[in-house]
Amino acid sequence: MMESQIPALIALTLALFAIIVPAFGLKNENYAQPLAVIGAGVASLFSLVGLINFLNSGEAIRYSFGGWTVPVGVEFLYDGIAAFFVLVINSVAFFVLIYSLHVSEKDLSGRKAAYYALTMLMMLGFNGIVLTGDLFTLFVFLEISSLASYGLLAIGDKPAPYSAYRYLIIGTIGGSLYLLGIGFLYTVTGTLNIIDMSGMLPQLFENNAVFGAIILMVVGIAVKAALFPMHGWLPDAYTFSTSSSTALIAPIGTKIGAYTLFRIVFWLFGLDIVNFFAPVTYTLGLLACIGILYGSIMAIAQTEFKKMLAYSSVSQIGYIIMGLSLANPWGFAGALLHVLNHSVMKAALFMVSGYLRMKEGHSDIRHFNDTYRKKYPWMMAFFTLAAISMVGLPPLAGFFSKWYLALGSVNNSNWLFLTVILTSTLLNAVYFFRILERVYMKNPDQAGDTNGEIAVQEYTLDPTPASVLIPTGILAIGLLVIGLTNAIIVGFILNIAPFG
Amino acid sequence: MDLSLVPLLAILVSLAAVVPIMLSSRNPNVREFWTILTAVIKFGLVLSLLPGALEGRSVAIHLVDLAPGIPLGLNADPMGVYFALIASGLWILTSFYSIGYMRGADEKKQTRYFSYFAVCLSATIGIAFSSNLITFIFFYEILTLATYPLVIHNENREAINAGRKYLAFTLTAGLLLIAASALVYHYTGSLDFTPGGLFTETDLPPTTLLIIFILFLGGVGVKAGIMPLHSWLPAAMAAPTPVSALLHAVAVVKSGVFAVIRVVGFVIGTGVMAEYNLNDILIVLSGLTIIIASLIAFAQDNLKRRLAYSTVGHLSYIVLAVALLTPTGMTGGIMHIAAHATMKITLFFCAGAIYVNLHRTEISELNGISKVMPWTMGAFAVGSLGLAGVPPINGFFSKWNIIMGSLDGDMLIPALILIFSGLLNAGYFFPILYRAYFKKGEGLEHHKEASPFMVVPIVITAALSLLFGLFPNLFFNFFDLATQISTTLFNVTTP
Repeated sequence: MMESQIPALIALTLALFAIIVPAFGLKNENYAQPLAVIGAGVASLFSLVGLINFLNSGEAIRYSFGGWTVPVGVEFLYDGIAAFFVLVINSVAFFVLIYSLHVSEKDLSGRKAAYYALTMLMMLGFNGIVLTGDLFTLFVFLEISSLASYGLLAIGDKPAPYSAYRYLIIGTIGGSLYLLGIGFLYTVTGTLNIIDMSGMLPQLFENNAVFGAIILMVVGIAVKAALFPMHGWLPDAYTFSTSSSTALIAPIGTKIGAYTLFRIVFWLFGLDIVNFFAPVTYTLGLLACIGILYGSIMAIAQTEFKKMLAYSSVSQIGYIIMGLSLANPWGFAGALLHVLNHSVMKAALFMVSGYLRMKEGHSDIRHFNDTYRKKYPWMMAFFTLAAISMVGLPPLAGFFSKWYLALGSVNNSNWLFLTVILTSTLLNAVYFFRILERVYMKNPDQAGDTNGEIAVQEYTLDPTPASVLIPTGILAIGLLVIGLTNAIIVGFILNIAPFG
Repeated sequence: MDLSLVPLLAILVSLAAVVPIMLSSRNPNVREFWTILTAVIKFGLVLSLLPGALEGRSVAIHLVDLAPGIPLGLNADPMGVYFALIASGLWILTSFYSIGYMRGADEKKQTRYFSYFAVCLSATIGIAFSSNLITFIFFYEILTLATYPLVIHNENREAINAGRKYLAFTLTAGLLLIAASALVYHYTGSLDFTPGGLFTETDLPPTTLLIIFILFLGGVGVKAGIMPLHSWLPAAMAAPTPVSALLHAVAVVKSGVFAVIRVVGFVIGTGVMAEYNLNDILIVLSGLTIIIASLIAFAQDNLKRRLAYSTVGHLSYIVLAVALLTPTGMTGGIMHIAAHATMKITLFFCAGAIYVNLHRTEISELNGISKVMPWTMGAFAVGSLGLAGVPPINGFFSKWNIIMGSLDGDMLIPALILIFSGLLNAGYFFPILYRAYFKKGEGLEHHKEASPFMVVPIVITAALSLLFGLFPNLFFNFFDLATQISTTLFNVTTP
C-alpha cells in the first residue's frame, strides 16, 4: 500500500533532494534551483495525496521505520494536524522556490548549489518536526532546520551574518531548553514517544518534573515561534537576509514553532496537565496579545518595507498562539486557518518586497511612489490583495481567521482577546494603507512644491519575469479562493480539533 | 421561500461590468455605454422581484458556505427589494449625470471612477439582499473598500485626509459589527435576519443585550451618520459630486440606515427593543443628531458641506422613525429612505452642475444664478422645499407618517423635534433660494444652463420627488411595500 508510506516518502524526498541538489548543482549551478523546485513539488504532491488519503480513511498513520515498533524504533505520526501542516509548508515553499530563480541572483551567484541544498535540508527539518511522533527526533529535526536556516539567513546584506549569528545564539538556547524539558520527561516516563508518553502523563499529574518540563519546553519552542517577548532575533534576521531566504523562511519558520506548541499542549500533555500548576496557556494568550499590539505598533514605526513585514510577523504569530490559548474549537479553527492564511499572504508580501528590492535596489517605504503602479501593475495588484487580506477584510482569507478567533473569544467570554484582535485590524490598516496611498496616488505634497506642475517621472512597464509573477499571483489569488472556500477548510480543522 | 438566481445576478451584473469598463478605458463612449447598460439591466432585475415582494414573498439563494453552517446567503425580501430598487434606479440617473459631470469637470482617472462605482453598486445590492449578518458584513466591508478610491479621487491633501478619516471610521465600525455578530451567534446560535428578531426566546441579562446593542449601534451608526459618528461624511465631500450624490446621500449612508432597520427589526426584534428600552437610546441620539446637524448646517458656506450636514440630520429622521417602534412610524421611516434619496440626490446633482458650469462651490457665490441655470435651480427649489417638509413633495408625506407614528406611541417630543427640524431645514435652505432668485449676480454673462447630461437627470429626480409626494403608489407601489414591511415586523412580535 503506497498510502501508508506517505509520511516516510515526504521526508525521504526532501532528504534525497538535499543530496541530489548539490550533486548536480556543483557541476552546473543552474541546475540547483530547478531541482529544489522539483523536490518541493514532489513533497507537496505527496502531502496532498496524504491529506486526501487521510480525508478518505479518517485514520492517522503510525509509521514505524524499518519495522521497528515503538518503543524500540522511531515512528512518524501522520494525523490530521500533521497532514495539514506539511501540505501548507511544502506548497508554500514550492511557490517561493520557483520565485527565487532570479530574485537573489546578486547574493547567490557562485553558491547556488550550497544554497538550494540548505533549503532542502531546512524543509527536511521542518517536515520532520511535523511528522515525527517522537520528542527526541523532533529535537533532531529542529536542529537540522535551525542550522540550515542560520545558513540561509546569513546570506544577504552586510549585517545579515551578524543577525543570523544572533538568531543562532538565541535559537540554540531555545533548542537547549526544549532538550532539557524532554530530558525531565524521559526520567519520569522512560519513553520519548508522544503517544506513549501522553498515556502515562495523567498518572504523573503532580510531579514537579513534569511541570518543569512544561515550562522548559514551552519557553524553548516559543523562542522558535518568535512569540513576544522571545521575538528579538526575528526582525533583523528577516530584514537583512537575501529576499528569497526571507520569502521562504518567514511564512513557514515560525509556524513550525507554533505547530510544536500545539502538539505538546494538546496531544502530549493535554490542557489539564499543562494548566495544573500554573495557567500556562492563558499566559501564552496574554503574551500573544501583547505581541499582536507590539508587533503592529513597531510595524507602523518602520520605514523599511521588509522590516515592517517582519514586525508584522511577530504580530501575526500572536493570532495563532491566541487561538491555542482559547482552547476551544473556534479558537483552534481560527489559529489553524491563520497558519494557512498567514503563510500564503506573508509569502506573497515578502515576494513583492523582494522583487522591489531587486529592481529598485531598496524597499524604503518613503521612496515608494505612484510610478510603481505603472511599472509593476500586477505585482502591486497582488500586493493590494495580500495587504487587504492582512488587514482582514472580506472576502479575503484574513477576514475569516479573525472571525473564528472572535467567535472563540466570545465563546470563552474573553473580552480582552476580542478587543485585541479587533484593534489589531485597525493597526494593520494603518501600515498597509500607508503604502497603498503612496503606490496608487500622486504624492500631494510633492505636487504642491512645483506650483502644481508635477515633475513627470520616467517609467516604463517592467518586464516582470514569469517566475516571479506566476507564483506571487497564485498565492495572492489563492487568498481569495481560501476566503471563499474557508468553510470546507474549517470543517476539516474542526474535525481534527482535539476537543471532545 | 423560492429559489431564484435573480438576486445573485443583480449583484454580479455590475461586478462583471468592471472588466469591459476597464478594457474600454481608451474609448470613453464605449466605456460609458457599459455603465449605462449594466445600470439598466440591474434595475430590470431588481424590478422583476417587485411583484413577489409586494405579496410579501421573498426569493433566496444560498451559495458557498462562508463559515460552517453560515452560507453566503441572499434573500430578496420586501425590505431588501425596496432598498435595492432605490439604489439601482437612481444609479441609472447618476450614470448619465456622471458622464456630464466627469467630462464637464475634466476629471482624471475616469476609468477607475466608473469601475469602482460599479463595484459599489454591487456591494450595495449585496447589502440589500443579505440574508444573514455574515453575508451582510461581507458586502458592507466591500462597500467600504470600493468607496475609498472614489473618496480620494482628487488625490490632493484634502481628499487623502478625507480617505483616511473615512477608513478609520468605517473600518472601526466593521469591527464593532463583527464583535456584535460574534456575540449574537454565541447567544442565539443563528445569524439569519428574521422578522421579529433572534432574541425572542432567549432570556439574556439586560447588560449583555445592552452591550450587543451598543456594538451594533457603533457598527451601523457610522454609515448612518448618527452623531458623534458622523464626521467622516462632511469630510467625504472631497469626492466628485456624483459620488456624494449617489453614495453619500443614497447608497452608503442608506446602507447604514438600512442596517439599523435590519438590526432593530430582524436581529434584536422590535419586541425586545421595547422590552429593554433600547429604543430610548436611539431616540435620544437621533433626536440630538437631527437638531445639532441642522444647526451646524447653518454655519456652512460650502454648498456640499451644508448638504452633507443636512444628510446627517435626515438620516436620523429615519433612525428616529424606526426607534419609535410603531407601525406608522416604521412605514414613515422606510418611506423617508426613498424620499430623502430622491430629494437629496437632486440637491447634490444641482451642486455638481453649478460647480461644473460656474466653478462655484460656496453659497455666498450663488447670487442670481437662477437666471442662467433656471432648470437646475428649479429642481433645487423642489428638493429643498421637500426636505423642509412642504407638501406636496414626498418629504412631507414621509415626515407626516413619522409624526403620526410618534403620536401613536404617545410620544410628543419626537414629533416636536421633527416639526422644529422642518423649520431649521427651511432656515438653511431658503437663503440659498433667496440668493439664487432674488439677488443680483455678477460674472454670469457668458454662462448658460449646464449640459443636458446633467440637467435631464436633475429634472427627473426633482419630478420624482414631486410625483411620489402626490401619488406615493404611482410607480412601484412604494407605499404599499413600506406598509407591508412594517406590518411584518410588528405582527410577529405582538403576542
